[in-house]
Formats: sequence, C-alpha cells, structure tokens
Amino acid sequence: MSKQIHLGEGEPVVPAGGAPIGLDKKPNRKLKKKSFWKRVKSQKALILMALPFVIWLLVFKYIPIAGWVMAFQNYKPQNGFFNQEWVFLDHFKELFHEPMFYRALENTLGMGILGIVFGTLSAITFALLLNEMRFVWFKKMTQTISYLPHFVSWVIVANIVTTMLSQEGPINTLLMGMGIIDNPIGFMSNPDMFWGIVTVSDVWKETGWNAIIYFAAMAGVDPQLYEAAKVDGASRWRQMWHITLPSIRPVIIVLLILNIGNLINIGFEKQMLLGNNIVADKALVIDLYALNYGIGMFRYSFGTAIGIFKSVVSIVLILIANGFAKRVGEGRVF
Amino acid sequence: MNRKKYTIFDIVLLLVMIGVVILTLYPFLNILAISLNNAIDTARGGIHIWPRDFTFANYIEIFGSNDRLLQAFLMSILRTVVGTITGIIASTMLAYTLTRRDFVFNRQVGFILVLTMFISGGLIPDYMLIRELGLINNFMVYILPLLITAFNVIIIRSFMDNIPIALMESAKMDGANDFTIFWKIVIPLSLPVIATIALFLAVSQWNMWFDTYLYARANENLTTLQFELMKILDNANISSGDITQGNAEIVAGQTSPQSIKMAITIIATVPILLVYPFLQKYFVTGLTLGAVKS
Repeated sequence: MSKQIHLGEGEPVVPAGGAPIGLDKKPNRKLKKKSFWKRVKSQKALILMALPFVIWLLVFKYIPIAGWVMAFQNYKPQNGFFNQEWVFLDHFKELFHEPMFYRALENTLGMGILGIVFGTLSAITFALLLNEMRFVWFKKMTQTISYLPHFVSWVIVANIVTTMLSQEGPINTLLMGMGIIDNPIGFMSNPDMFWGIVTVSDVWKETGWNAIIYFAAMAGVDPQLYEAAKVDGASRWRQMWHITLPSIRPVIIVLLILNIGNLINIGFEKQMLLGNNIVADKALVIDLYALNYGIGMFRYSFGTAIGIFKSVVSIVLILIANGFAKRVGEGRVF
Repeated sequence: MNRKKYTIFDIVLLLVMIGVVILTLYPFLNILAISLNNAIDTARGGIHIWPRDFTFANYIEIFGSNDRLLQAFLMSILRTVVGTITGIIASTMLAYTLTRRDFVFNRQVGFILVLTMFISGGLIPDYMLIRELGLINNFMVYILPLLITAFNVIIIRSFMDNIPIALMESAKMDGANDFTIFWKIVIPLSLPVIATIALFLAVSQWNMWFDTYLYARANENLTTLQFELMKILDNANISSGDITQGNAEIVAGQTSPQSIKMAITIIATVPILLVYPFLQKYFVTGLTLGAVKS
C-alpha cells in the first residue's frame, strides 16, 4: 500500500499537464448502485460521520464568507444582522483614496516578490546540492537539520533574528572582528533593511522544508539520462544544468503559480514580530493594516473590504499565472 | 553507479553543506548557551556556543518561581494535546467519508471542503464570528476554529484511497457497519498518515500565538508559552531593551529578560526537536503526495 504513495522512484511527481484539482473519480471504487433513498438509509453511519464536520465547515468557513456583506454596510454589531445601514461601495472608495493603503500594498507586494524569488532560488539550489551529495550519512543528517527551523514558530525565529542582529550580537561581532565595520550596525532599526531582514529570515526558516518537493522530484529523474550524459562526457555541473533542472521544470512552474496566487497572502506574522516603531513604515502589510483598522479601531466594515480586495487580487493573480503557464505550454494548475 | 571516487566537486559540496548546517544550528546553540549562562554575566555579551558561567537558574526561575510561565507552559501542552486529538478524529472521519466513493453525498461534501482551500472570509469576518460564538477568552477558541484543514483531510484521503476496497467489502459481508469498518480497518491501516498529520497539528498548535493575542489576551489563565515569549519580544522591540511593565514581573532576582527569553525559547523548541526527526519519513511522503494532489 505504501509503495503507491511513495514518490521518487521512477514516478513523475506531477503528471504531465498538471494534476487536476479537486476530487478525482475512481470508478473502480464504486460499490453497487442502489436507489437514492435506499442508499441514504443504508449509509446512516457515514452520514452521521460527515454531518458534524459539514456543519463545522459551514459555520467556520462559510459564515465568514457570508460576512462579506459587512463590507457594503456600516456594520455595527449591536444592530443585529438585519438592521444595518447599507453604504454599498463607500468603503472601497475610501480604501482606494487612502495613502496608507498603497503603502501597505507596496510593502506586501515587495516582500511577497522578494520571498518568492529568493525562496524558490534557495530551495532549488539546496535541493540540487543535496541531490549531488555522495556522503550518504551526512546527506541524511543535513536534510533532517534543514527541517528544524520550519517547525519552530515565527515568535522563536523573530527572537533568534533579533538576537543575531543585535548591536552586540554575533553578526555585528563578526563584522567588526573582520574589520569590515567600525561601529555596530543597527539592523533592526534601519527601515531600509527591513524587507531584506524579513526575506533572509524567511529563507533561513523555510529553505530546507521547501526543498523537499524539489528533492523528491529530482529523485524521480530517470537514471539512464545521467548514464547517457556521462558517456557523452558531461561534467556534474552540466548534468545538473541540462538534466536535473529541466526534469523538474513542471514542478517548479506549478509551485510558482501557486506562490504567485499567494503573493498577496504573505500574512503579517513576520512583519508584526520583527517590526518595531522605527521601521513601521516598511513593515505595514495589508493584513496588519486590516487588523489595525478593522479590529483596533472597530471599523469592521472597512477591515472586511480590505479582506475582499485581497481575495480578488489573489484570484486574479492565480488566473494570470495559470494562463501564462498555459501559454508557454507548461504544467498548469487548472 | 560506479564505486565511490570522491572528486574536488564532492569535497567543495561537502564544505558548502557543512556551512549550511552551521548556519542553521548556530543560532540554536547560541541561544542554548545563553539560556544556561548566568544572567548578569550574559549582559557582558560575547557568548557563542558555550556558556561562560554555567547555571540552571533561568530554567529554575521559569518552572519554580514564576507561576505565570509555568501556567503558560502547561496551557501550551494542554492545547496541543486536545487540539491534536480532536483534529485527528475530525480529519480522519471526514477523509473516510470522502474515500468512500459509494457515499451518497461524497461529491457534495468534497466540494464544500475543497472550496475552503480557495476562498476564505478573511481576518475580520473570522474575528466577528468568534465573537458572536462567544469564544473570546474561552479555551475552546484554541480548539474549535482549528479543527479541520482541507489540506490535511485531502492528504489523509489520498492515503486511505490506497487501502484495498476488498478489505472493506468483506468486512461489510461479515456484517460490520461503516463506522466499525472505519475504526477497525481503516484507522489501523492509516497510522503512517495519521502520524504525519498529528505532527502537523501538534506543531501548529504548539507554535500558535496569534489566537491568544487576538482572542484570549484578557484571560490570564489562557496564556501560552509562545504568547509570553511574544510579549517579551514585543516589549524589547518597543523599548529596545528597557524593562517595561510587561516583563518587569518576570525580571525577579538575578535573572535578566535576555536569559529568561532564551530559556523560554529553548523550552518552546525542545518538544519539536524531540518529535519531528522520527516522523521525517512519513511527513516527507505525506507532503509530496499532498502537493501532487493539490
């Protein structure tokens, strides 16, 4: 049974043309057909097993979506659901006239793009290097260690980063010891460095984890290709460049599409934990903005409008990325 | 492959990877050393991976004399245990009904689940819902909203799909009902994927601080380790090292915020360190599989 889910030996990780999203039908798994009501009656246990969680999904996932109507009202909780004042697009108009909003958008997209570029590059590079490692024991150990930062929280990572970058921290000590700088750099209090610090922290935390999927894809490359290249006298560098990388291209493209769709959903954890008053201008991202206005200032409707804007952008981005991939004839998500 | 003959290439690669390992581990070792160092001595700086003035005082402070931090530690454990168990029960049951293609509502339930991967209400509607449900400052706010993640259910379902249907059919022939089949056949055969998802759930529960910040700040009994650490960090950020009201109470006797902070960090890291390497085999396949499906 486990051999079917084990990827890596010979199986392509993503089927050509991209894996379809959603629930695929497997006709061979169907039991005998009966009439609808007979099936309902005989499947009481199954229905009872699904029901509580369907209710959960409706309450915790769909009611908030229905809550989007708040964005078109001046929502006041004390008025109940049917007594709200309708303002239609006023909150959106206000949002698009707000300079703070554009700053938040710029910071979100800026850190989002840096995150995708360096996150993808570091993960692929790490997977490539790991794939070339011949010292098996060390390779396994490196892999295990590389997952560690992924499992610790952003609170801990922020704590680590501020410690490493503090005035008397290791980085400053090292730079001063090497004579590169005379006075310690105030990394955390320089607004211009904030995007970079977030990106580097992200790379430090997630490279090992993100490399898993690329590494698995590399393990699935046909060994005969390498044998043939060796016969032709290709060096290890050329094998990496001409065989390994092109072989995992569909995986790279699918992950890129997914990441681009999530470009605007970078969250706020890193920015909130690494940021401070001095760098606030560069740390304000859309989610923080929604949080400050929506909950901090009780402007629920305005905050909801920000959330809707985010969802719309996210859907548009994924459609664009998907369409682009379709155009260049690569694996796509839909 | 031919017998190993190591080239310059292999050696350079090895050195690069050793660099990566050091870069990953050094911060943790540095923090461990600071947490085991005398607090006053720590302020002098210059500690790398070995404590200069060895002491357990910082840990004793957390577990012995600081009720708040001990309570936070116990709350972190409680929410992790309860959240993981309820999450596993919910996701395996739902996954099982989805793996049964003969289930009358299979497609409808699947649709309702998968759609949540693509749209969500967002921060504010979520917050309003939690408020309306009366979950503010309530322990259940740690459990209920995190019960089901579509991604996890789909990973479990993909695994269960590989269980031979003949097994279930023959059990049915013997008169077992659907729940018995789930409990006696499907669950025991799904232990590898359950281990993976349990790890994911436990780690996310253990690491969560934002729900405490947003929903349970006012209830001191519900504070968690991550939240306490976040507060110390936040205070340090605002006042760049000054002792502010928030952490003044933690600063008792001879321990400094710095050493206590590092000791909390280590306490928050160790449980993860003890668990994930043993489940590595499972989550690597689980993750690759999940990525393929979605």
